Amino acid sequence: MAMLRISLLALLSHWRRHPLQLFSILTGLWLATALWTGVQALNSQARADYARASALLAGPAQAQLVARRGERFEQAAYVQLRRSGWPVSPVLEGRLRFAGAEPLSVRLLGIEPLTLPPGTVVAGQPGGASDLRAFIGPPGQAWIAADTLQRLGLQPGERALTSDGQRLPPLQVHTQLAPGVIVVDIGHAQALLQAPGQLSRLLLPADFAVRPPDLPAALAELLQLQPSSAGDDLQRLTDSFHLNLSALGLLAFLVGLFIVHAAIGLALEQRRGLLRTLRACGVSLRGLIGALAVELGLLALLGGLAGVACGYLLASLLLDDVAASLRGLYGAEVAGQLSLSPQWWLSGIAMSLFGALLAGGNSLWRAAQLPLLALALPQAWRAAQSRWLRRQALLAGVLLLLAAGCWRFGDSLLAAFAMLAALLLAAALLLPALLDATLAVLARHSRGPLAEWFVADSRQQLPALALALMALLLALAASVGVGSMTEGFRQTFVGWLDQRLSADLYLTPRDTAQALEISAWLAGRPGVEAVLPNWRVDMRLQGWPVQLQGIVDHPSYRRHWPLLEQRADAWTQLAAGQGAMLSEQLARRLKLGLGDRLPLPGAEGEQHLSVVGLYADYGNPRGHLLVSADWLRRHWSEARLSNLSLRLQPAQVAALKEQLEQRYGLDATRLIEQATLKRWSTAVFERTFAATAALNSLTLLVAGVALFISLLTLGHSRLGQLAPLWALGVGRTRLAWLSLGQTLLLASLTVLLAMPLGVLLAWCLVAVVNVQAFGWRLPLHVFPGQLLQLALLGLLTSLLAAAGPLWQLARRQPADLLRQFADER
Amino acid sequence: MNARQALLIGALLLLGACDEAPQPPGGFAGLGADAAAFAQVERGRPLQFPADHGAHHGYRIEWWYVTANLSDEQGRDWGVQWTLFRSALRPGADEPGWNSPNLWMGHAALTGPYGHQSGETLARGGIGQAGVEAQPFRAWIDDWSLHSTAGEGLEHLQMQASGKDFRYLLQLDSDGPLVLHGAGGYSVKSGQGQASWYYSQPFYRVSGEIERAGQRYAVSGQAWLDREWSSQPLAADQHGWDWFSLHLDGGAKLMLFRVRQADGLHYRAGTWIAADGRAVALRGEQIQLDELAWTRQANGRKVPTRWRVRVADHGVDVQAESIQPRAWMGTSFPYWEGPIRLEGSPGGRGYLEMTGY
Amino acid sequence: MLIVENVYKSFVTAQGSLPVLRGVDLQLSTGSSLALMGESGSGKSTLLHLIAGLERVDSGRILVDGQPLQGRREAELARWRREGIGLVFQQYNLIGSLDVAANLSFQARLAGRHDQAWIGHLAERLGLASLLARYPEQLSGGQQQRVAIGRALAARPALLLADEPTGNLDEASSAAVLDLLLELVSETGSSLLMVTHSARLASRLGRTLYLRQGRIQPGEA
Repeated sequence: MAMLRISLLALLSHWRRHPLQLFSILTGLWLATALWTGVQALNSQARADYARASALLAGPAQAQLVARRGERFEQAAYVQLRRSGWPVSPVLEGRLRFAGAEPLSVRLLGIEPLTLPPGTVVAGQPGGASDLRAFIGPPGQAWIAADTLQRLGLQPGERALTSDGQRLPPLQVHTQLAPGVIVVDIGHAQALLQAPGQLSRLLLPADFAVRPPDLPAALAELLQLQPSSAGDDLQRLTDSFHLNLSALGLLAFLVGLFIVHAAIGLALEQRRGLLRTLRACGVSLRGLIGALAVELGLLALLGGLAGVACGYLLASLLLDDVAASLRGLYGAEVAGQLSLSPQWWLSGIAMSLFGALLAGGNSLWRAAQLPLLALALPQAWRAAQSRWLRRQALLAGVLLLLAAGCWRFGDSLLAAFAMLAALLLAAALLLPALLDATLAVLARHSRGPLAEWFVADSRQQLPALALALMALLLALAASVGVGSMTEGFRQTFVGWLDQRLSADLYLTPRDTAQALEISAWLAGRPGVEAVLPNWRVDMRLQGWPVQLQGIVDHPSYRRHWPLLEQRADAWTQLAAGQGAMLSEQLARRLKLGLGDRLPLPGAEGEQHLSVVGLYADYGNPRGHLLVSADWLRRHWSEARLSNLSLRLQPAQVAALKEQLEQRYGLDATRLIEQATLKRWSTAVFERTFAATAALNSLTLLVAGVALFISLLTLGHSRLGQLAPLWALGVGRTRLAWLSLGQTLLLASLTVLLAMPLGVLLAWCLVAVVNVQAFGWRLPLHVFPGQLLQLALLGLLTSLLAAAGPLWQLARRQPADLLRQFADER
Repeated sequence: MNARQALLIGALLLLGACDEAPQPPGGFAGLGADAAAFAQVERGRPLQFPADHGAHHGYRIEWWYVTANLSDEQGRDWGVQWTLFRSALRPGADEPGWNSPNLWMGHAALTGPYGHQSGETLARGGIGQAGVEAQPFRAWIDDWSLHSTAGEGLEHLQMQASGKDFRYLLQLDSDGPLVLHGAGGYSVKSGQGQASWYYSQPFYRVSGEIERAGQRYAVSGQAWLDREWSSQPLAADQHGWDWFSLHLDGGAKLMLFRVRQADGLHYRAGTWIAADGRAVALRGEQIQLDELAWTRQANGRKVPTRWRVRVADHGVDVQAESIQPRAWMGTSFPYWEGPIRLEGSPGGRGYLEMTGY
Repeated sequence: MLIVENVYKSFVTAQGSLPVLRGVDLQLSTGSSLALMGESGSGKSTLLHLIAGLERVDSGRILVDGQPLQGRREAELARWRREGIGLVFQQYNLIGSLDVAANLSFQARLAGRHDQAWIGHLAERLGLASLLARYPEQLSGGQQQRVAIGRALAARPALLLADEPTGNLDEASSAAVLDLLLELVSETGSSLLMVTHSARLASRLGRTLYLRQGRIQPGEA
């Protein structure tokens, strides 16, 4: 023990003399852990909220009965099943809209507390452990999470008014409740959703659902049993989003580890003598390695603690945007405040320890291999370097093969990300070899002793700077890739939105009756060019939620509905009730193409339509299907007239809007102008990528820090290389400029290589990852302006990174340089 | 019975509360205070049949309660219980839809040589999942039912229910008259005057089939139906009770109950029913009930499962022994209910219900 | 002609000002050689650094062909080092990233006096002809010092300054290296100022001076 303590103290004394190295290691661990844990915090908060949302009514693995067609069914089916001995419990779900500065919609869940299957947990409490009479009412209770209450700007006990003028039971805060949900008694739910006698699903106790009897014949046509896993839609839909975040977090983590690796390696090199001395003084190898490991552990703990704290901060800064994205993209509700388990904190520290071990393991290994006596000749760096370059290039080749394999044979998001990772890693590993080859070419063309030295010395610096340059390459390429994808998506999305949102006013009626009434009223108005009704049925196809939209035959669709692929007479066939158009992601999910037959479960059995067109439907996590309204209403009597698109004469828009508002009591959530709708959609889009952009910039920052620290740690050994030149008559200022030039040369070569790599990355993202993650493929856009901007940013980063160490060099007293020649050295 | 009222209120309003759940303040009578708006039980109103077989909206609580003492072909004793409770969350008429103030609760049990099985089910009123109609008589909750197969009243009933690992389908026939307890059905439940409307049909002959763990048994025997409704039947210091319904050899029937009070002065009452159906109300001092032996139940509490029952004025001095001493009803609000056999003078069998242990 | 007049130099240390040279006078005529001896810390290397323009004097003068070094800007001093002198250090101080050939010609090319024939001759004389493509780390100590000598003489400097050039070598190699050095110096006609600990080596040079406590030992100037 004493030996360990003494060795440890001797080892730690190094840091007193090299605070910069200590700072580097801690910074590396700190940044790596912060970014990783920050992302994990976001993910785990979101997942916890999904879990709360799906556990709203979850007992252990519950099954449920849902309508075969449409979303809701008559309550009589519930009574009939109960009276046939089925222990089912009714649930009605829907969305409540609330007016406000920004209109909000909240999921309303109506439950029947008496019949909930045993073991059911409602809002984190055993089913109905609270006061049943108070819950049922009157006036009843509306359970809500504090977070949602705050978002709605309401107070506990208040009776909120929906935008339809319905009054909720008094609100009661339940801490365990998922965000974005209000739970009420089923009776209140039917009133609030204006769905008297309607139910969304029936819950079954898990043990009953294992071997349920056959459904009564009359109900078998209406209902179908759905295994509990299908309830985790949210989890499945959002998986890709979280995987994206995780991938970014992991990238940042790795980039941070580059710093740690470089700094720990340097510290070992500088302490070779100390290690030998300790061994010579009788410290056992095991004791020495133990001391080094303890030292590494201490560093990891310190860096990890700081990292986890900053990760928390980072996550709380990004949470709003992430929550907005998830709500916009998936309708998933995530609380605006972090509440993380101690497990998260521990795992953050563990990640830091793991990272330190990963980054420092190599150094520990080398320390263990260190010969006891031999003051080994300095390694022949040339031979070592070319060996090193060959090995890395070989590894890069293997990784490229792996990437190609993933691309060719992979069919999952994981494979897509594996491909990305292999590609990036291969590029990083190839970087030193590429730089070395480029410098070799330059060397052949350089004239003059300083030019030759400039190139030769740059090559010599390569191994020391390689890791930092790799980090820069990865960060920049990721920035370019993600930037191109985002910007390309933005352009595609905005263009698509412009085309798709061609009507002047969008009207969401209360119900079909009101919609018909409004249509009739509008038909005679002056200034109304067209009223396009959208009929809607919700169903599941192969377990995937799908919206069927029935449209009337109108030329504006031919003009404004952008199609990716179509048959020649697509719109005619659709209007004739023979063809259907599918959203891109639905077509991919169902593996259907043009001309294929699509079976749809109708009232009188399966209906078949031919696929006549495919269209983009960005941002919709559900499948979308376009059919003829007449055909839809013929086969689905429950089809609702869900909204009206009004094409108006521009001068009449404002007046008609006002008339509609007053005549039918429609508020901003139900009557939306095109511009407003576009603004909302674009805002959702922007926020979706805000977190991504932030993480990206942070990664670039970390890469900059890596470069800075590498150059800083290099500064010391650089002195020995620069002193002879100074002695031979090269001025200090000139030396500083030359050094800066060297860094910039390496950095600009790296930046140059990062650009095509980034574009390749962008292609992978739009053509492989997006397809797997979201189901849509985007055209690849390259934005030269953006590339230039990022390239300059990369150069600026390296310039800043090089500036510090150079400033130190230029500031050096001649005595420091002279010391390089002194015999006492 | 007070017992059943407590069950109802406790189970429905503290739904999900387990055995350890604290009782509401003021014993089981916690809700008594705001009962004023409900219809009140008042002496002197004559009962009218078949209308009074149906539900009495406006009263807070009500039940249809059948217990049957049966024998299988090997002569072994079985007991069957079928109960439907109605509880109103608030005064007022029944409304269709989820706004109905009624909550319904069904309890069913099968007790026999292999043990005791029970089941429970709950339903909201107003949607048709549970209910009672007077004419023709029909009471149901989920797939459990008690309904008339012939005649205007309760003479011929079919009774069925099922639970985990048991089910039964029984035919009940009676030619005896309905028995009104207390004064023409006005039954006092405490010294402070709490009362309920209470009548019975104790003269059923039963035949049918029971099924336990996949085994079916043909059975026959006797059954007893209780009807009771009230709004404020409980006194604040009453915390449990013991209730007996006895089929005596020779055809006479005996109903006895004891409400245990905190002060130890238990309130006792009962009805002596001659074989021809003539009923005589019993005063407390005519009844002697003594616990002889106790059995520990699933909730860890001890419950008296052997009693000495004496009504000297009618020559009754018997030991009542439970057929299955662990006839524990592990329902939302647990209690003990099971068949008993009588030894002594006269012999016979019957049902015992105990709560508050 | 190199003239050092009454040169003072002290260094600032944590313990205060530490005087190293306290009025040194010295003259070296063109083509002659001088050995500078003295104990460790007597200021030999400091004097050499001052003459090389690597440090500046506190007071006194150093004149080269009649021109003072003090007062020159950093760039002029660098030019003096580049063109006026050759430097040989005990630690060789070769440029690790360049091979032997590039190291040999480096200073001459910097000075703009690259003469391939002369450098070829130097390599030949120094026994480096077969090692031109090697890198410094692949050479023995004696070989590295020969490269350093070649580099210093490649531009045919008027003055060669050597700071214990054989301090890292064994005795046999020392003698061989010094022989080469002296022969080549006589070929270029350079003056030589060499700092050494070894009286045996010093005896090979034209004159020997002793530095003691920052001054030239009296009577020996």
